[in-house]
Amino acid sequence: MKPAPFEYLDPRTVDAAVEILARHGEEAKLLAGGQSLVPLMNMRLARPRRLVDLNRIGELAYLRDDDGGLGIGAMTRQEALEHSPLVATRCPLLRETTALIGHPAIRNRGTIGGSLAHADPAAELPAAILALDGRITATGPRDERTLPAESFFAGALTTALAPDELLTRIALPPLPPATGTCFLEVARRHGDFALVGVAVIVSVRPDGACGHARLAFCGVGDTPVRVERAEALLAGRRPDAGLLEAVQKLVSETLEPPSDLHASADYRREVAGVLARRALTLAWKRVSDG
Amino acid sequence: MAERHVVRLTVNGEPAERLVEPRKTLADFLRQDLELTGTHLGCEHGVCGACTVLLEGKPVRSCLLFAVQLDGAEVRTVEWLARDGELHPIQAAFHEHFALQCGYCTPGILMTVHDLLQRSPSPSRDEIRRELAGNICRCTGYQAIVDAVEDAAARLRAVAPRGGGR
Repeated sequence: MKPAPFEYLDPRTVDAAVEILARHGEEAKLLAGGQSLVPLMNMRLARPRRLVDLNRIGELAYLRDDDGGLGIGAMTRQEALEHSPLVATRCPLLRETTALIGHPAIRNRGTIGGSLAHADPAAELPAAILALDGRITATGPRDERTLPAESFFAGALTTALAPDELLTRIALPPLPPATGTCFLEVARRHGDFALVGVAVIVSVRPDGACGHARLAFCGVGDTPVRVERAEALLAGRRPDAGLLEAVQKLVSETLEPPSDLHASADYRREVAGVLARRALTLAWKRVSDG
Repeated sequence: MAERHVVRLTVNGEPAERLVEPRKTLADFLRQDLELTGTHLGCEHGVCGACTVLLEGKPVRSCLLFAVQLDGAEVRTVEWLARDGELHPIQAAFHEHFALQCGYCTPGILMTVHDLLQRSPSPSRDEIRRELAGNICRCTGYQAIVDAVEDAAARLRAVAPRGGGR
């Protein structure tokens, strides 16, 4: 057997899970879809004393209307996000992003909450949720708190969650009218983690200029990264070739991605700028195509 | 040693009940406890796809699940495909197109293809390649595999609808 021995607990409610965390704190590890944690356990890079399986907590798996936006239970499978008609109409960016995660066999188990709590800097969902101004709810022994995605991701594989907190819910506010979105990435193979990926949201004002704009990248730092200067550059202007060129340049100059075996920092900078321009162009086109 | 748990589940239509240590993966459970050695283990961290089985009808990596999680679940493995000594049309197509060499990756590929053809009865060659990106074959270069999947799709369309069939 590959993993080190552990005690297995499978609570049926959020309250029961939180109680286990309150009792065992850092000795207990939460198991969501297991598509990142179990590989780490099989390689014994993770050796939790207690594994708290969230898969029997039915109340954590839902997708629902939330004042025109989306309310998503943490244990909602990526496969459900990919195929939900509600997600397709309310938040096509989430569907487009999810379809890029791994393979069907991975998405059949992987969950949105697990992906956010794992906080892999190369993962797609954290960047998309950051671009969407998602709000993440954590439930602890005394109360629950809701954090903006902006302050949730603290570093590589590190979040603002306390050891006795459980990520329970993700809320995505409705997008403004006439808004286009796009997620693009460059990966070495289909289904791999992205070398660089970008989530783009852009809304078109009645006068044809850009209103709300968001650009969030994965694979370029310890956390998903927004390039706010590029967002500011877009606001109030028409995205013609000159502006898109300027955004591409600004993105490439601003980001400070890592170098590794797969790609140099320079390459990632170049790709990030190009992807930003392409994704903006596509998102803008999607607004005009209705 | 951690406490063992009783799991009762259905595998290939047969009920099974065993006492398992929590750290036993579904893949090891199938191979060691149920002696269903058709499911192969390659990388044991979810990358190669050799251990793919169907859980509640959907493909999953059996190396990334613990058997203890599956009390009450319904699992199907590659052993479920052939019936009464007769190969499943997907298996027959793989056989005839020489869509394997060493055969190590084949069980996972067959289960992945079974799911693909349920969802998409007439996949394009591009779609087949994309769907198989999660199953690593180091022998064939995939050419014959893609041929076999196209052929299997045609065979299954010819016998459909079989209504809940394999």
